[in-house]
Amino acid sequence: MEKTTTNSLSWVIGGAQGSGVDSAANIFSRACAAGGLNVFGKREYYSNIKGEHSYFTVRVSDRPVHAHVNEINTLVSFDAETVFRHFEDVTADGAIIYDTDVVKTSLDETPTVDDYASARIKKTLQKAGLGFTVQDALEHAKRRGVMLFPMPFFQLLQEFAQKANDPALSKLTRMVNVMALSASMAIMGFDSGVLARAIQFIFRAKKKVADLNVSASAHVYNYAKAKFAGSNFAYQLKTRPIGANMIIVQGNQSSALGKMVAGCRFQTYYPITPASDDSEFLEANEILDLNDSGKKGSTVVVQTEDEIAAIAMAIGSALTGARSATATSGPGFSLMAEALGWAGINEVPVVISLYQRAGPSTGLPTRHEQGDLNFAINAGHGEFPRIVLASGDIEESFYDTIKVFNLADRYQMPVIHLLDKAIANSVTTCKNFDVSKISIHRGSMVKQITDKDKGAAGNFLRFKLSDDPISPRVVLGTKDAIFWNTGDEHTEEGHISEDPELRVQMMDKRMDKLQVALREIPDEDKAVAYGSGDVAIISWGSTKGAILDMMEKLEAEGTKVKFIQIRLMSPFPSELVNSMLKGVKTVVDIEMNYTGQLGSLIRQHVGREVDFKIVKYNGRPMSLDEVYNAVKRIMGGDAPKRQVLKSGA
Amino acid sequence: MALKLSDYKTEVHNDWCPGCGDFGILNAIQMALADMQVPPYKVTIFSGIGCSGKTPHFIKTYGIHTLHGRVLPFAQGAKLANPDLEVIAVGGDGDGLGIGAGHFVSAGRRNVDMVYIIFNNGVYGLTKGQAAPTLKLGMKTKSLPQPNVNNSVNPIALALVAGFTFLARGYSYDVRHLKDLIMKAVTHKGLAFIDVLQPCPTYNDINTKEWFQGLDNIDPETNRTMPRMYKLEETGYDGVVHDPNEINQKMAQVIEKSNEWGDKIPIGIFYQNEHVPTYQERITARIPDYMENAPAAQQIADKNGKTITNIDRLLSDLQVDK
Repeated sequence: MEKTTTNSLSWVIGGAQGSGVDSAANIFSRACAAGGLNVFGKREYYSNIKGEHSYFTVRVSDRPVHAHVNEINTLVSFDAETVFRHFEDVTADGAIIYDTDVVKTSLDETPTVDDYASARIKKTLQKAGLGFTVQDALEHAKRRGVMLFPMPFFQLLQEFAQKANDPALSKLTRMVNVMALSASMAIMGFDSGVLARAIQFIFRAKKKVADLNVSASAHVYNYAKAKFAGSNFAYQLKTRPIGANMIIVQGNQSSALGKMVAGCRFQTYYPITPASDDSEFLEANEILDLNDSGKKGSTVVVQTEDEIAAIAMAIGSALTGARSATATSGPGFSLMAEALGWAGINEVPVVISLYQRAGPSTGLPTRHEQGDLNFAINAGHGEFPRIVLASGDIEESFYDTIKVFNLADRYQMPVIHLLDKAIANSVTTCKNFDVSKISIHRGSMVKQITDKDKGAAGNFLRFKLSDDPISPRVVLGTKDAIFWNTGDEHTEEGHISEDPELRVQMMDKRMDKLQVALREIPDEDKAVAYGSGDVAIISWGSTKGAILDMMEKLEAEGTKVKFIQIRLMSPFPSELVNSMLKGVKTVVDIEMNYTGQLGSLIRQHVGREVDFKIVKYNGRPMSLDEVYNAVKRIMGGDAPKRQVLKSGA
Repeated sequence: MALKLSDYKTEVHNDWCPGCGDFGILNAIQMALADMQVPPYKVTIFSGIGCSGKTPHFIKTYGIHTLHGRVLPFAQGAKLANPDLEVIAVGGDGDGLGIGAGHFVSAGRRNVDMVYIIFNNGVYGLTKGQAAPTLKLGMKTKSLPQPNVNNSVNPIALALVAGFTFLARGYSYDVRHLKDLIMKAVTHKGLAFIDVLQPCPTYNDINTKEWFQGLDNIDPETNRTMPRMYKLEETGYDGVVHDPNEINQKMAQVIEKSNEWGDKIPIGIFYQNEHVPTYQERITARIPDYMENAPAAQQIADKNGKTITNIDRLLSDLQVDK
């Protein structure tokens, strides 16, 4: 018998969009988390409402996990396409759960498998002398040792309906997702009680649906348990005591939760993947609880006509003193460029949550990329100050969201919070967010002005020139503090001016704020170094998870590398990064884009050329194994200067 | 102490062309504010880009000179975050009906309680006289290389179908009438739009002050000039929707009246409908204390700078042992 791996596996469920893949994966993730296990899950889907293939990968472990792996140990399918798309990735000791009713379906009868994927799959099957049906794909896997678990879902549904004495239930094919998931839990020996609780939780809004799914799940679980009793599947999941104060959170919730705590009370958006969830979560929870107060807070979320209006409204709101933000992705951010400059020249604190996705243009609208670093740093004509902060994972994104509002207020400038699709569409277990850590700093916002804030004409000098480039700020509606704003270069009062000397003073004032920011921002918000070694990986954003997991794997083999996660992308923390790179012999740039944009920044600001680049731009986040393999190759001395990673379906 | 007209004036040198119709609008806004005795600090004037965009710099209230075409989103954002502000947005016809047309229509759908005034002169003045959205098809003002190839947009009709709930037209040389319109627009509950005919003495040599006065329009019987402008209210026209059942009829007459052009051009109030809930009221339906506790008014931290927002309820849903 093969050796058994307990509590460490990669589980994938797939199906047509709209068939409940997400719900099933959420149940699975929550069940594992409730069973004391750590999970990291990620969602892949097409730009499509119904019918195209979507899948959810969940890595489960008794140790903290931060990234997915390429290989699949348990593949859960209830349609033909999932088998076709993923059978090759199932490990030899892994398993495929499949619907017995689809085995005769051929690739050519599965139109959602596009020609390119179809040709690749056919080539594999042909090479093995096989045909092009699901049965052939399963046979291909079986020859490698993969265990097959046939499930007659339709028949099971009929039995279930009979047992429940309700023939109408047999039509409830919507439950097949939960049934397939339950079969996988049975062969992995997972506790059925914990599973039932997770189902109840996910469907908690609809009691009837929840109860029905729990019963259907139990029916299938028992069937699979009995039928595959002697299978001894190599991957088992055993519940453990739950770690203290753990949560399971999705990346499209963390930033929104951060906004609530940060006191963001006005958010605008135009619908765009993968940023809309941020706004929708805020709107769904628009009434906020407050500490020690009978009063409630609230967030006004406005869906605008376009992203130009979104940022313009957020700026208008910010002028009133409300902490204000907009959330978007690349195409929307492109439209915001002009107004970003307006916020820059008028020194308005506004936050833009930029959830990157693969560009250019519409690009791969539901897929991942870190292609907007240069753009975030440079968007807008002319020169004006901004801060760009990049979060590396879900947990970071919560705390960073509070920081970006503080930075915007302190330095009176637009702040771009770089997030991405990989963060937004992943789920993780982590320590509960600690709100007690959080302080709110509103910078030099004042409720009333003093005489020294006034100019010769008696008007408030909103853009006062002094030793401190950061001027006192009042909000619209403040008594006796009237000021003006204009997109033109302006006087201290805010009136239009084209005076050449004043122009220089005002440019200097605005740009000097970046030097203050660089002095004041704590190192841990600029860049974080993990580990040590001659080889240093530099990276930013959501590649962090795969890199950390890769380092752990390398370390287990006795190899150490250093990882420098850059967080403050602009103004660039040159000094700190320079000091972190001291003594490093080899610099490896790991990024989810074509050109290695961070590498260029390092060259620009630190004057150091990166030695190797590991890049990826196929729209799928980096997996632990491919990062591991690429770094291993560099350590082994036989790597090209630039490795392009390509994993992911 | 009563506020005087001069309390609404800045010292900023006004560089509009001599004889510009914008002066009349500027005066009318200042007069309206003084008449209503609105404290200057409670008012914010937002503007777009162009000659009209400079307006806030001449008015001693908060003044936010925004981007070309984007004045409405900026203004709505401020008004929604702080509904206590008196918000007046101004801009040219190119700004509002050309580059900003999408925002114009969307603003109508929201019906935020504020005022929008378009300085309508048919040309892009500050860029030297190109054809703007309200210039009639085939017109060739002096700086156009060829006659205008686009048809003109009807601002009043567009505002009507977009959902604006107060529609008026003024004439920049009838300052008192315009002032009255502005005061009514400010007191209107909902989004008010005033289309102000405003001759550009430098670039629009067709719709000139003389043309509006009808110096070329001689009554064959009396041999006297006939001004093109006439006041709707003097004809017994009533644009107010007194009862929601009247909406169709009232809308139909707006279309008819707003199409009048040439020898007879109506000014005055075309339409007013306060039966449509404002955006603020729509928010209040969901957030009951919104008007008293709007985004700008909310306390977000305690005196030690600690957040006062409590997300325990949401976090407890994320607890793994739920």
